[in-house]
Amino acid sequence: MTRTLLRSIKTATAASVLASALFTGGMAQAENVLNVNMHSDLKIVDPIWTTAYMSRNYGYMVYDTLFAMNTKGEVMPQMVDSHTISDDGLTYDFTLREGLMFHDDQPVTSADVIASIKRWGAKDAMGQKMMSFVAEMSETGGNSFQFKLNEPTGLIIQALGKPSSNVPFIMPARIAATPPGDQITEYIGSGPYVFLKDEWKPGDKAEFAKFEKYVPRDEPGDGLAGGKVVHVDKVVWKVIRDQQTKMNALSKGEIDVIESPAHDLLPLMEEDPNIQLVDLNPFGNQYTFRYNSIHPPFDDPKVRQALLYAFDQEEFLYAAIGDEKYFKVCKAMFICGTPISSEKGFEDKLEGNLAKAKELIAASSYDGTPLILMHPTDLAVLEPLPPVAKDIMEKIGLKVDMQAMDWQTLVGRRNKKDLPADGGWNAFITSWNSVDNASPLTTPFLNAACDQALFGWPCDDTIQALRDDFSREPDAAKQLEIVEKLQERVAESPTHVHLGQWYQPHAMGKNISGAPVSPVPAFWGYKKGE
Amino acid sequence: MWSYLFRRILAVIPVLLVVLIIVFLMLRLTPGDPAANIAGDAATTEDIAQLRADLGLEEPLLVQFGIYAKNLLRGDFGESFYYKRPVISMIADGVQPTLSLALFTIVIASVIAVPLGTLAAYRQGTWIDRMVMGFSVVGFSVPVFVIGYLLIYFLSVKLEWFPVQGYQHIQDGIAGWAYRLILPASALSVIFIALIARMTRTSVLEVLNEDYIRTARAKGLPESKVVMKHALRNAAVPIVTIIGIAIGILISGVVVTESVFVIPGLGLLTLDAIQGRDYPTVQALIILFSVVYVLINLVIDLLYTLLDPRIRY
Repeated sequence: MTRTLLRSIKTATAASVLASALFTGGMAQAENVLNVNMHSDLKIVDPIWTTAYMSRNYGYMVYDTLFAMNTKGEVMPQMVDSHTISDDGLTYDFTLREGLMFHDDQPVTSADVIASIKRWGAKDAMGQKMMSFVAEMSETGGNSFQFKLNEPTGLIIQALGKPSSNVPFIMPARIAATPPGDQITEYIGSGPYVFLKDEWKPGDKAEFAKFEKYVPRDEPGDGLAGGKVVHVDKVVWKVIRDQQTKMNALSKGEIDVIESPAHDLLPLMEEDPNIQLVDLNPFGNQYTFRYNSIHPPFDDPKVRQALLYAFDQEEFLYAAIGDEKYFKVCKAMFICGTPISSEKGFEDKLEGNLAKAKELIAASSYDGTPLILMHPTDLAVLEPLPPVAKDIMEKIGLKVDMQAMDWQTLVGRRNKKDLPADGGWNAFITSWNSVDNASPLTTPFLNAACDQALFGWPCDDTIQALRDDFSREPDAAKQLEIVEKLQERVAESPTHVHLGQWYQPHAMGKNISGAPVSPVPAFWGYKKGE
Repeated sequence: MWSYLFRRILAVIPVLLVVLIIVFLMLRLTPGDPAANIAGDAATTEDIAQLRADLGLEEPLLVQFGIYAKNLLRGDFGESFYYKRPVISMIADGVQPTLSLALFTIVIASVIAVPLGTLAAYRQGTWIDRMVMGFSVVGFSVPVFVIGYLLIYFLSVKLEWFPVQGYQHIQDGIAGWAYRLILPASALSVIFIALIARMTRTSVLEVLNEDYIRTARAKGLPESKVVMKHALRNAAVPIVTIIGIAIGILISGVVVTESVFVIPGLGLLTLDAIQGRDYPTVQALIILFSVVYVLINLVIDLLYTLLDPRIRY
């Protein structure tokens, strides 16, 4: 009886496995396809029109850049073959590499480059800054062009190699002629992948085919720089929202890569024989606490400074990330490990000095009104942080009204300048890709141009002047000096608090290799074995 | 009958109008700003204000509603704020997966639940009855996503009988389509099996005590005929009602199931659109769901006349 039962179960199992193989076998793809789960769905396919990270990631698939950042943080030529700078620093001459083609088989010309830089320069903050130095951009040949400056600056190459949103991607001139306020409607680039528009199913998947005519640089790939050699036929960005399902799908080989696996699932993934965890972003991410500087109490620098003394990065990082492997305490405002990394100004801060913080609050204009701390409850990487901040703030004598909301509500509310009691806000915590915060010019929260600044609207002429000095200074050693002065000023009149760096490993199948180390997810170099 | 049908269809119009106004207002009064979300984290307040104006969100609410209603009368449901695609084409993409999942679920639930409930009623007070009722309680209590995870863990991860996730369109092969729906539909059907089985049991129990059942037995009819022909048929009206309600509940159930099993249907589209405050998409989806719900109720009402000759409209 038992034997018969066992036999029946075995037969049923074999039949099911056969059926499974038959059904799934029918769907097997002959192509070498890399199935990737990105952190979000691709929604907007114009990386200049929006600063959304997914659109930036899409940009790196479809477009190429004149310059690109390597893993050491250096900006290297990418589409540019050679460039020269005149002795007076006022003329830049560039020559494009041979063989650069758009996906519609048209060659990349200097006219395309100039049109693209114009569109980007009108939209992006660093682009606008760069364009303020550029008197004229002109074609000097089919594949050569020239920038004439009105004063010397060290910004040009840095800006053209800007790695994160908005990235100066090169598009055909006819597409780049689209006003920067309008979205482009044609998706032609000269990057290593072709966007398969007809296969794009919003909320489900986006597909990219290898661009056979792409000519990679000869140098080995290094971050976003070097040879972008593609080894797969196609990359599919598959939308899977549920973290558990992502992990199961990866373990069973239904997908190959998860860009942002949940930190609480990492220990399970580490034990899975089919999964490897690889940290591809050497700079990681940076948590930041943002004040609303236009309303009390954070219009008073003493209250803002009190938090610099009271906060201890480790408390936040343990609460949100937990495992020391995946975070780093770092007082350097512009990211540990970069050429301008320095602790200047923060030596005695960010260490949980509650006594000093209490003193500052007592000496401030704070009148005991509860301040509104926005608490996004739907993002696992941010959700644990506001309760930590609330606890510390209450310990130093601030009253905190922590309001729970979803991230979209927070995003809408943070742009409101209304009084906190009338639907505005006082503070919230967010996270940036560290590469965004690796320079005084790209750090979004450091912009202290009052109404022209990002939500929080800090207003500080000294900070703005130092940022200007930085943009004009071509010498690296002198740039560091400016950074240190800038940090000292921020420590006196804070625009935001940097709460430490954290790392997000990619999870991938054991058959995957060659993923490039890069601050931005890039999909050249990947090899998929059996 | 025909005049009843006409009146019912006519009655849909004010219902939809009310739904439209409520959804339109609720979306715009809910906190959150699609423009801020679309523009990205590093966008300035000026950029966001410009985008709000481009999206028409700076107009007074009445003007916005007027434009929307006018376009709607022309059959234009608008364009997604994010994807810049007509909302109708996005909904059309999601109809097949959701409809497939819903149909599979209702078929599985009905095929299992009606006999289970009938059996429980027929064997009232026995261990069979207690088991069915016990299952009902568990089926009601355990959330769909937990059942989904358990099925994935045992049947996909451990036994490797099914894929973990994904949907195959019917045009790419009917076998693959059905195979990929078994697990999600099974997970989603548990709550409906519990609901329908319980209702069937109650209805059949009521009928089993009726005089005509006693008469049927006294005539010497076999028990199977008594139950199937006399009891179940007369208990059908409440069962059909509950199946109709179940289809309505399905609309919310598919959101979770589609998320766990990665089925690119209307549930996920709704979830995304609400989270992103994609007003045109949410509005169109709510109108669609309202129409579907009203039509299901109409079909159920019409089915009553077939099941019970005493009911006439």
